[in-house]
Amino acid sequence: MPLPNRDGLTTSGAAPRRKRRPSSPFRLTAELTTPQFVGIAVLVFAGLLAAWWAVTASGLVAPLFLPGPGQVFGRLVTLALNGQLWEDAGISIYRIMVGFLIATGLAVPIGVLIGSYRVWEAAIEPVVDFIRYMPVVAFVPLTILWVGTEDPQKFLIIWIGTFFQQVLLIMDNVKRVPWDFIDLGRTLEMPERKILTRIVVPSALPGIWDSLRISLGWAWTWLVLAELVAATSGLGYRIVTAQRFFQTDTIIGYILVLGCFGLISDQAMKAVSRRLFRYAEARR
Amino acid sequence: MNVEQPKLQISGLSKEFRRRGQAVLALDGVDLAIAENEFVSLVGTSGCGKSTLLMIVAGLQDFDTGEVLVDGQPVEGPGRDRGVVFQSYTLLPWLTAQQNVEFALRAAGSKGAELRERAREHLALVGLDRFADAFPNQLSGGMKQRVALARALSYRPKMLLMDEPFGALDALTRHHMQELLTRIWERHRLTVLFITHDVEEAVYLSDRVAIMSNAPGRIKETIPIPLARPRRYDITTSAEFLELHRRVLKSIREESIRAAEMDEALAEG
Repeated sequence: MPLPNRDGLTTSGAAPRRKRRPSSPFRLTAELTTPQFVGIAVLVFAGLLAAWWAVTASGLVAPLFLPGPGQVFGRLVTLALNGQLWEDAGISIYRIMVGFLIATGLAVPIGVLIGSYRVWEAAIEPVVDFIRYMPVVAFVPLTILWVGTEDPQKFLIIWIGTFFQQVLLIMDNVKRVPWDFIDLGRTLEMPERKILTRIVVPSALPGIWDSLRISLGWAWTWLVLAELVAATSGLGYRIVTAQRFFQTDTIIGYILVLGCFGLISDQAMKAVSRRLFRYAEARR
Repeated sequence: MNVEQPKLQISGLSKEFRRRGQAVLALDGVDLAIAENEFVSLVGTSGCGKSTLLMIVAGLQDFDTGEVLVDGQPVEGPGRDRGVVFQSYTLLPWLTAQQNVEFALRAAGSKGAELRERAREHLALVGLDRFADAFPNQLSGGMKQRVALARALSYRPKMLLMDEPFGALDALTRHHMQELLTRIWERHRLTVLFITHDVEEAVYLSDRVAIMSNAPGRIKETIPIPLARPRRYDITTSAEFLELHRRVLKSIREESIRAAEMDEALAEG
């Protein structure tokens, strides 16, 4: 009796045997061409936009709660032309850059240190792990009390939200450096410091870069949080003000702008990574 | 210098591991001497401690009792007098083949034009001068291990320690690598300690094969391999080769049977 094969089809001696399996895009590990991939992504975006338009144009939802795409984009264009959007975005980008760079500048050396030396790990990792679980939101009132409502408070919130996560991610990146690499340095009689700078750090760098990219995404969230609570400028501040005047179109427009900035910064980090770590690209 | 003095002298070496709170004797009273420019393979069943022994000689692991002497001097940690070829290729992925060799030469104090020249020379020695600018992920497993060999040879260590260097390669590539290594060794003569579990490989490459016993690991027997040199691969089908192969295999088999019986006895409690 013929038995069903893995595709659930029965084969018998007489039936012509299929040389190639049917290629369904829903099979595990099925590949897509780049145009196919981009096509699907664009289609989903277009679908969401169409649904948004349909819901608002049909009058199903009042414009006060959800204005249509046309109104939102119109509002964004107005704000872009009168310079408001660029002013708000400029301030926010400045804050995220400073906050993120301070966090990164501290997290990289500390992460490398505790990833390489058990002593430092014992001293620092449990503390960092503990603070990491404290909700960043709860620090907002405290930071205002400490440093006021100016830019340093924004830097501080971004720092609290990203630094502790970064340290642990980077520690993990460093721990993944193969022991044989370190042993190689030892057989070459390289001093410890050089093993760290010439072998451990370059070896962990692609992973560290990836961790930074992920934490940059979080930094955007903390920035807006800080600006929502206490600020006199920035994208988050504009969103709160817009709410007071029921300018739902501005709120939604700014949320979309924030999404775009997040996407752009992420793609930029990825592009840099592809250039810097070309050697690590997998060949399949 | 005393002509009789071996290049590498291991005597009464023991090493204990702690596994789940219990002490396990990995090596117990290992004695092994390797003469200058001798090629010695160490074979044994997996887990018998042969890699541990190599890591101890390399200075990358410490030991409890006994002595490891290189040229009569006790080994204290790793050093450039002993070049190591690891089983994992350990090529630094962000450096090209050429730069990987240069990395070692630079650590050894080489500089400038001489540095580049010597790196190029050693890549040519392993037949990879055309791939000098390739990154490790563009090289096959065999090529990577050739670069690792060139790197270990480049700074002229007194001896080469090779830890199952061809273990991860396919059979065909492994044969090529064995031929390459034999050719290089026959031309340049170097003291080599070579770890493998491939009996054919051990007999083909070596002047002597040392068989390691299991749990605890010690040298059970050393079998001299008096096959003529230069050796070409067709020697592996000669009656003399097959007889030596059979002898080594028999010795290991006795060992693995004894180990299996011991495991059974332990399991039955």
